[in-house]
Amino acid sequence: MSAPPSAPRKSAPLPQIPVLKGVVGRRLRKVDGLKKATGEAMYADDLALPRMLFAKILRSPHAHARIKRLDFTRCLKHPGVVAVLQGSELPGHYGVIPWTPDETALAVDKVRFIGDEVAAVAAVDELAADEALELIDVEYELLPALIDPEASLAEATVKIHESSRHGNVSKHVDLTFGDVDGALQASAAVADQHFFYAGSTHTPIEPHCAVGHYDAQGNLTVWSSTQIPHYVHRELAKVLELDPARVRVIQPFLGGAFGGKSDPFSLEFVVARLSMKTGRPVKCLFTREEVFWAHRGRHPMQMHFKVGLSKDGAIEAVDSKILIDGGAYSSFGLVTAYYSGQLLTGPYRFGTYRFDSTRVFTNKPPCGPKRGHGSVQPRFAFECALDIAAEKLGLDPIEVRKRNFIGEQVKTVNGQTITSNGFLQCLEAVETASGWRLRKGKLGRGRGLGVAGSMYISGTAYPIYPNDMPQSGIQVKLDRSGKVTIFSGASDIGQGINSLPAYLVSEEIGCDPRDCTVVVSDTDLTPVDMGAYSSRGTFMVGTACVEAGQKLWALLSQAAAEKWGLVPEQVDGRLGTIFGPAAEHRATFRQVVQWAEAKFGTLGSTGSYRTQKLGADYRGGTIGASPAYSFTAHVAEVQVDLETGVWKVERIWAAHDCGKAINPTLVEGQIEGSVYMGFGEAAMEEMTYLPSGLHRGPSLLDYRIPTSLDTPDITALIVESIDPTGPHGAKEAGEGPLHPAIPAIANALYDAVGVRLTELPFHPAKLLKAMQARS
Amino acid sequence: MLPLPAFEYHAPSTLAEAVALLGRYGAEAKVLAGGTDLLPNMKHKLQTPAHVVGLKGIAELAGVHETAQAIHLGAMTTVADVARHPVVVAVLPSLARAAGLIAGPQLREMGTLGGNVALDTRCVYYNQTYFWRKALGYCLKKDGTVCHVVKGGQNCVAAASNDTAPVLLSLGASVRLLSPRGERLVPLDQFFLADGMANLALARDELICEVVVPRPAPGTVMGYQKLRIRASIDYPALSVAVAAKLEPDRTIEWVRLVVSALGSRPHQVKRLEPLVGKVLDDATALELGEVARKQCHPLTNINVDTQWRRAVIPVFVRRAVRQALGAAASQ
Repeated sequence: MSAPPSAPRKSAPLPQIPVLKGVVGRRLRKVDGLKKATGEAMYADDLALPRMLFAKILRSPHAHARIKRLDFTRCLKHPGVVAVLQGSELPGHYGVIPWTPDETALAVDKVRFIGDEVAAVAAVDELAADEALELIDVEYELLPALIDPEASLAEATVKIHESSRHGNVSKHVDLTFGDVDGALQASAAVADQHFFYAGSTHTPIEPHCAVGHYDAQGNLTVWSSTQIPHYVHRELAKVLELDPARVRVIQPFLGGAFGGKSDPFSLEFVVARLSMKTGRPVKCLFTREEVFWAHRGRHPMQMHFKVGLSKDGAIEAVDSKILIDGGAYSSFGLVTAYYSGQLLTGPYRFGTYRFDSTRVFTNKPPCGPKRGHGSVQPRFAFECALDIAAEKLGLDPIEVRKRNFIGEQVKTVNGQTITSNGFLQCLEAVETASGWRLRKGKLGRGRGLGVAGSMYISGTAYPIYPNDMPQSGIQVKLDRSGKVTIFSGASDIGQGINSLPAYLVSEEIGCDPRDCTVVVSDTDLTPVDMGAYSSRGTFMVGTACVEAGQKLWALLSQAAAEKWGLVPEQVDGRLGTIFGPAAEHRATFRQVVQWAEAKFGTLGSTGSYRTQKLGADYRGGTIGASPAYSFTAHVAEVQVDLETGVWKVERIWAAHDCGKAINPTLVEGQIEGSVYMGFGEAAMEEMTYLPSGLHRGPSLLDYRIPTSLDTPDITALIVESIDPTGPHGAKEAGEGPLHPAIPAIANALYDAVGVRLTELPFHPAKLLKAMQARS
Repeated sequence: MLPLPAFEYHAPSTLAEAVALLGRYGAEAKVLAGGTDLLPNMKHKLQTPAHVVGLKGIAELAGVHETAQAIHLGAMTTVADVARHPVVVAVLPSLARAAGLIAGPQLREMGTLGGNVALDTRCVYYNQTYFWRKALGYCLKKDGTVCHVVKGGQNCVAAASNDTAPVLLSLGASVRLLSPRGERLVPLDQFFLADGMANLALARDELICEVVVPRPAPGTVMGYQKLRIRASIDYPALSVAVAAKLEPDRTIEWVRLVVSALGSRPHQVKRLEPLVGKVLDDATALELGEVARKQCHPLTNINVDTQWRRAVIPVFVRRAVRQALGAAASQ
């Protein structure tokens, strides 16, 4: 049982921010911002190679079927067709998680959802390829389709994957920490509530696109709109049975991803294989509808939560049972099942905790990681349940959150180590900015305030595939012109990881960040980075940058010190000028590079982020273990039209502890984008299917995401807790700030009209119905 | 991206040439105005014309002019121009409002009034790609035999989704049509048909030249309200247009109420005679709304809760009336 909480905790003074060399903390431009703004940036679909063919993929119109016959006779007679491809030519299984490789580039025997890939055509242009698809004859043997997750779980005979060990269960996790039932019994107030998250998708503006080119020397190059070039590299070599040294993956500029491009996708294998077959470059660009078939978005979850509070408001017990609708393939699903429980154990101290999560296969497009992978749904449920229980005790929602603050340098109930923790500062920031104390409960019927908090990881301790090599690498080359070239394998998906190396290396070596060229995301040119997922970039790539920079600075400072008759510790550098204690100790960065090159030879260095051994000692105890956790608090203010149920969010105040804002403008951008995305999921985004398994509206007209007119005003507040292990104290900012948006809105709607919506999204129709039922 | 099926493009520079092309190609031809609906429909293989007749080179089709009797709006006038034209804003404020609520800003600069009036009916089972419709098993309106909205239904119930149609009906507007056989002026209440497959009394060789709106008599008030999930882009999930002629004391001389985005034709609410002679205020507005609600039965042709769309009809009618009275008061 947890100790009774002390009086409301006050936040401790923040750590002193170290003196910096003028780059970290500065609002600098992104290195590629102007390229994107002016249209100069090249995206995958901008690539056009001589003699390039265009590929299209034939997809299944059935949710579950066996392929009896595939006949290309008519298709091959189309004058524009150059080659065709079927599943048996690419039989190798792949999957982003090495323990669950259940995908093939094209169906080998079965199709598992409407939109599943069946065959491909390479033709002289897109129109010809599209016409040719209609000429492929496929004979299907229909199988019963399992669309509803509960039905799929209960199903005794029909299996979506013959290889699954337990029916259609993709992953089951059941972990208990302490005597949960006893703690619930002893609780003074218990919230016992069912919640539903309907499922949403990423909607990056750029659809997936890949270009494959198998050259005369037998080297394969694939340009792909991926956020995981390294995994694509591995899986391409495996499935195509090529020497990995003969495979090169290049990630061009990316038009958004949000987790939707963090699996290997069929088109990457298809363009590669078709290029090998034809000896010509091949491009494939998904239509918007195909992006919905590729999906990997946020899982629908049925969640039952019990939250027990002591009479003082201490969280004595949290008990959840979650059914996760996985769709047709595993994707990251093994991790999703763990994350649905493992990431909930902060920023509050739980006395006891149990979660029982089951991911089940259904005949729908596969779900996967979307910004805030696995933890946005249970966070919504928990933060609502906490309000329900606190209300029974008459406790203010911010007060109950303060009382349960878990603190810094502590272990969570499930054994994860929290280093820095600025959550109290986040709560205080949104409490003050929103005028909570003066306004809460005093806004009249129809207007309300709600609060929620959250925690998220800054990368996972372990790479997805076990190995002892670094998760991130950086190489730096210094030219005698003063140019600094940084090679980074990290994937920029808009978050700014292309810019981070320029900021952090120049901070270390004293150059002007505008003199840095960052060469990125090319497996032939850049060192390995695992990719843009689990909010690992700033922490891990950043650590590698600092190390590489420090190694070079050791050489530069030594060369300058020698010229000036000083010791290296007396030399400093800032924004292109290197200097010592006296006025005559001054040189341009270029001059010092030349001194150093003369002294040491060609200048270069490397840095890496090495996997730390973290996590607890039980099966699954390392999943959710992160070197540092970020924290967020939101207050939402809503206005409800009492006659129609139409509601809007007037403003969201979002305070995020990112450790240290290396570039505050980019951190604010991530906070704003996160709030926007969370608002969209609360208000309107929903993946819905017909009983046949056909998505009801796979388009940006029918799958509605908020327009600029719908988007609330957002106040982004940065809290800096200066993490002891992060680069310059930095933690993540890309995903954490999304989490509290949905429950803060739910809690605000309750405050406004006294009804609690528990099923997302909160369509006005649902709110009006609930208001009418209550009155 | 979705490729556009192949077609032959014609660019007439006069009305006579355009009509001659329509006469020659008839059912094989489609007219291209702003293209905001035709081109997606072609990409979805809902319409696959062998000939496309582009109208942008015909200057006389665009523009607004007024006579003592009527406001004439050229079919090629963009809906953005309709929304901001000073005459429309001053004389036909509900039309300006409706035009300004169509789609989003970029689409309004492309889409035309004629195109909006002639908008094909829309349905969640119809406005989808060819692949999607194939996976569905097609539908009554295109390539199939089954209605997915009304089980066993033999008549297509795809929804009239044009914002200007209910307003123009409430204002007693007509369209001027031209074909090789000559010209005719058709009142809109005869132009819009209750058939989701073919919702317009428009022959394949006919061209909409202009929309003619009678000049409202003094004392006429008008309003328009649109329900949609987002504040931009979305087609209406419900639309309400009201027009009424009032005595100076706001006694109703006549009132017209049109509710749309329900079925294939905007619904002109019937049995409003008992309201004539009453003062138009919130109470009468609610009465109007109740009459409308009883006559309107939203269908699942739109992905928005049908019960809710019906439940809020009286609220939207009252808001349209308030807006009409407010606009009149501010003049």
